[in-house]
Amino acid sequence: MTYPIPNLLPALPEIWVLGMACVILIVDLYAKPHRLVAYLLCQGTLVGAALLTLTGWSTGTETTFNNTFVHDRLSDLLKLTFYLIMFCVFAYSREYIRERGMYRAEYFVLGLFGLVGMMVMASANHLLTLYLGLELLSLCLYAMVAFQRDSSQATEAAMKYFVLGAVSSGMLLYGMSILYGLTGSLEIGVIKQTIAGAGSENVALTFGLVFIVVAIAFKFGIVPFHMWVPDVYHGAPTSVTVYVGTAPKVAAFALVMRLLVGGLEDLAVSWREMLVILSVLSMGLGNIVAIAQTNIKRMLAYSSVSHMGFFLLGVINATPNGYGSALFYVIVYAVMSLGAFGMVILLSRTGFEAERLDDFKGLNQRSPWYAMIMLLLMFSMAGVPPTVGFYAKLLVIQSVIQANMIWLAVIAVLFAVIGAYYYLRIVRLMYFEDAEDQSPIIAGTDMRVLLGINGLALLLIIPWVGVVIDLCGKAIQGLS
Amino acid sequence: MISLSHYLVLGAVLFALAVVGIFLNRKNVVILLMAIELMLLAVNINFLAFSHYRGDIAGQVFVFFILTVAAAEAAIGLAILVVLFRNRQTIDVEDLDILKG
Amino acid sequence: MLGVDIKSIYLAIPLACLIGSIAAGVFGWKIGRRGAHTAAIGGVAVSFFLSLLVFSDVVIHGHSFNGRVYTWAVSGGIPLEIGFLIDPLTAVMMVVVTFVSLMVHIYTIGYMADDPGYKRFFSYTALFTFFMLVLVMSNNFLQLFFGWEGVGLVSYLLIGFWFQRESAIYASLKAFLVNRVGDFGFLLGMAVIYLSFQTLDYEAVFAIAPQVAQQNVQWIPGFDWNLLTLICILLFIGAMGKSAQVPLHVWLPDSMEGPTPISALIHAATMVTAGVFMVARMSPLFELSDTALSVVLVIGSITALFLGFVAIVQNDIKRVVAYSTISQLGYMMVANAVSAYAGGIFHLVTHAFFKALLFLAAGSVIIAMHHEQDMRHMGGLRRYMPVTYWTMVVGSLALCGIPPFAGFFSKDSIIEAVHASHIAFSGFAYFAVMTGVFVTALYTFRMLFMTFHGKPRMDEHTLHHVRESPFVVTFPLVMLAIPSVLAGAVLIKPMLFGDLFGTSLAVLPQHDVLAEMGNHYHGLGPFITHGLESLPFGMAVLGIIAAWLLYVRYPELPGVISERARLVYTLLLRKYFFDEVNDVVFAGGATKIGTFLWKIGDVKLIDGFAVNGSARVVGWFSSIVRYVQTGYVYHYAFAMIIGLFLLMTFFLHR
Repeated sequence: MTYPIPNLLPALPEIWVLGMACVILIVDLYAKPHRLVAYLLCQGTLVGAALLTLTGWSTGTETTFNNTFVHDRLSDLLKLTFYLIMFCVFAYSREYIRERGMYRAEYFVLGLFGLVGMMVMASANHLLTLYLGLELLSLCLYAMVAFQRDSSQATEAAMKYFVLGAVSSGMLLYGMSILYGLTGSLEIGVIKQTIAGAGSENVALTFGLVFIVVAIAFKFGIVPFHMWVPDVYHGAPTSVTVYVGTAPKVAAFALVMRLLVGGLEDLAVSWREMLVILSVLSMGLGNIVAIAQTNIKRMLAYSSVSHMGFFLLGVINATPNGYGSALFYVIVYAVMSLGAFGMVILLSRTGFEAERLDDFKGLNQRSPWYAMIMLLLMFSMAGVPPTVGFYAKLLVIQSVIQANMIWLAVIAVLFAVIGAYYYLRIVRLMYFEDAEDQSPIIAGTDMRVLLGINGLALLLIIPWVGVVIDLCGKAIQGLS
Repeated sequence: MISLSHYLVLGAVLFALAVVGIFLNRKNVVILLMAIELMLLAVNINFLAFSHYRGDIAGQVFVFFILTVAAAEAAIGLAILVVLFRNRQTIDVEDLDILKG
Repeated sequence: MLGVDIKSIYLAIPLACLIGSIAAGVFGWKIGRRGAHTAAIGGVAVSFFLSLLVFSDVVIHGHSFNGRVYTWAVSGGIPLEIGFLIDPLTAVMMVVVTFVSLMVHIYTIGYMADDPGYKRFFSYTALFTFFMLVLVMSNNFLQLFFGWEGVGLVSYLLIGFWFQRESAIYASLKAFLVNRVGDFGFLLGMAVIYLSFQTLDYEAVFAIAPQVAQQNVQWIPGFDWNLLTLICILLFIGAMGKSAQVPLHVWLPDSMEGPTPISALIHAATMVTAGVFMVARMSPLFELSDTALSVVLVIGSITALFLGFVAIVQNDIKRVVAYSTISQLGYMMVANAVSAYAGGIFHLVTHAFFKALLFLAAGSVIIAMHHEQDMRHMGGLRRYMPVTYWTMVVGSLALCGIPPFAGFFSKDSIIEAVHASHIAFSGFAYFAVMTGVFVTALYTFRMLFMTFHGKPRMDEHTLHHVRESPFVVTFPLVMLAIPSVLAGAVLIKPMLFGDLFGTSLAVLPQHDVLAEMGNHYHGLGPFITHGLESLPFGMAVLGIIAAWLLYVRYPELPGVISERARLVYTLLLRKYFFDEVNDVVFAGGATKIGTFLWKIGDVKLIDGFAVNGSARVVGWFSSIVRYVQTGYVYHYAFAMIIGLFLLMTFFLHR
């Protein structure tokens, strides 16, 4: 009996990141405390992974490891997005964690393991790989939220996240077990073929589908499965919040594409309706509750809830066009969220967390440059043209209009208007109020440069926005 | 004769017990961890039953992975629990309420 | 032309402003105050001269242009592209926008001389000009919307320019929120257009429109709408927000918190007329829906008349002009509604000149008074500020519609057009615009008299320092006064009865009131003579007399009377008696109605209830709902389980 060696090439980026994470762990044993080496190695890993992914960009779709792992345009695009986001996340974190005594190689290693989890999710072609990727990501995130061991808030957040996250993965597994029972296979392609014969009226299938939709909704933080979002965003150290609030959302999109679209597309009639309900609830509750918040991390958490509601609008259409606009939305959201939490990190310093909305008062007097960056971020989140956030909203709303759900588009626009209120409140605080706190803003060069690019990108990308949208569309079309 | 549906009902009952345990328990976080463990085991029963009756080995392989992940999950959960206790001197679920609103 | 590709000239017009803005804003710290204003003014001046070039090319040589200049991408069927539609209508707007903008920029050097935000201000105003040009030059709805939102954004920034003032912040937020209501309608209108026509290109939409004129849609069960009526009304809601039509006008008076040059540029001459321009641009759509035209007519007439009343009771000099602007915007909308689009644009043009003039003159007064805006503390400034005074007189006469000033031609033709129209509610509109003339004259001259005539009512110190404003301030006044006198007489023939607009405005034959008026038009002389004999002129004169009696003559009357003979006294008394009636019935009544509308309608109902009320309800709701997030993990889990069960029961038991 021979065991052929599987083709490792498609999974090269994963192998590289995993290997480098282990290397960092070992190198750290021999390095001095507070060493830059772990950080540099970590960023180098990301750059290397990006190069590896880019070399494989032009090869078409290929599967390996007995069809459990797929490498296609979508997975490549998602992975590149992960690298980019993680690069910024680590850069934003560096000073922050050093000041709070969290600067240990484990921080970076956990981050990289989480990245591997996301990459595996993006490339999953099998329920098992999907589940393992998801768990690898989740476990790393639980640990990172609790990373500040002396913080009562952080540990509480970690506990809540852990319990609820475990419940949601339990539900995902339950749903998967039903799918397995009905189709007899764990391979997503086979599941799809089997279901195509079963028809969408199958009650047992719908039963399993509900569990899967719930688990996916949890990962996105969609009402009523959003309860963890504000508490975790608030309690976690901001450097971890910026992680939790960005890349995993993009990774969760992989969950949607692989599971709902790739495997269960023939049940679209059912899951579309579920998502419509969830989306309306999310947009409504997220936007309304955000208004009453005084803590900016909580406010951004509720804003994330509402954004994910908007994101669902793209999925609801259930056409490649719709998925493309959803992908664009979630990437844009991740970039905006990255910048917004980055600003919170920027204003924080040793012994002080700039968490209150009031900490943004008079930012324009302290630093007009960062005030402008924040203004762009807020405008983009509110969907004010000509920022890229506007195009993101336009595309998803356009896609529900194409699906002939005018009323949903109207509701979406209405909530977008309500949502504009709390983003503009920050702009008002920054420009029209006097600063309470006049201390200078200090940050590392890497962070300052990246944050500046991060904010300006929302505006300067506009001439090339079509290219990005095209890229998203092509990634989706590559699936079928 | 024990049929597939018996196993499925058992799995469902265990799953429901776990879920109820999570939201009825107001005392101890450790019980939450146990309930989560129970939930995963309920899923395992489902997988095993399907695997057996369908004669497909993949389900049993999945169960092995779930068991492994469950162990890792328990480790992380307990670690968080220890840190929580150090910070708060309590592991009552009802005391986890700093973050709200 | 000139060996340069015409497209690059079109592109250069808005871009020159954008470059000026960036230079002043981003590099302001490097190039200094002089550099900043040179950059901004230079950019706008280039735009102005190029606009003139384009104007002559389009209007005289008849070279229209419609096409895309640059395509970003085609996504989901919507092409994201920059395209220009350069036709006579656009060319007229471009010249007006850049000219007024240029004058305001020059004026700003004097007005903002001592302000720490000098460079920021120039950056904003140039940016505004850029967005406004994008708006008028657009050939598709998406780009129109881009400009539309852009001007709104800059307006919001500029109203809150003096952000140290609590009221300025409040005003800017209010402007933004009220405009979002309008934008909401506009966006929906765009969505419906795209849905029904599968394109956002003007030309394509206009081409398809006549085929669907009778088509009904039923998107909400039980409600059957005519498609075009729906589209037009949604678009008009957008115009109502931007052009301050009742009941979305509330933000405009408050926007006077911004610096005066802004009030002149954005809140009188250009941005607020965007709605009027848009309706005229969409004339091929509006023409096909009588219902939509009637809605525009009713809203426009109410705005024109009732907001005029409000102007009578204001004491802040800028607020008088602001309410007057709202009222005049109402006139323009009325003109559009009776299909005299050319009349609306004509009034837009003349109004841009004389209203900008009035605002800048008011600003000049405010500079002299050390930023005092209350007219009760002014008076007698005529002697100290002759240039300001005389330019303001020109502006006032133009506003009141006294021949041969510009406003006479545009306003008189609107009134004639309303008279000739037969669409529903045109009777009411005729009454409104006619009464409006009297009201306009009354408040305009009240302002003039209270500011420049009578005894000085300010304190010694201020009076001592009152002097004429510097040249950079008075120069734009004079420059604006010239078109305020001449624009009407020069433009009436080509604009209304000639073919200046060519095909850029569409009018159905049965609506064509201007053609009917054209049959009776025999040149300038007869038009003026006819105007002098007609009712509107009488109303205007009556208004001026009333203002004079009430605000110049009446306060001194007791003193004069005691020194005169009894016979003259009786005579005066009798004459006064008529005026007393006049005062009670017209001015007094109007004052009361004005106060009532302002206090109850504006402040309480719309401001208090509609704007602040809804914000409060949402805020209250928000503070309640947040308690759902109790902090207990078992509640969170419970919510998840409930969600799961609800989804399951709903989808398994259908």
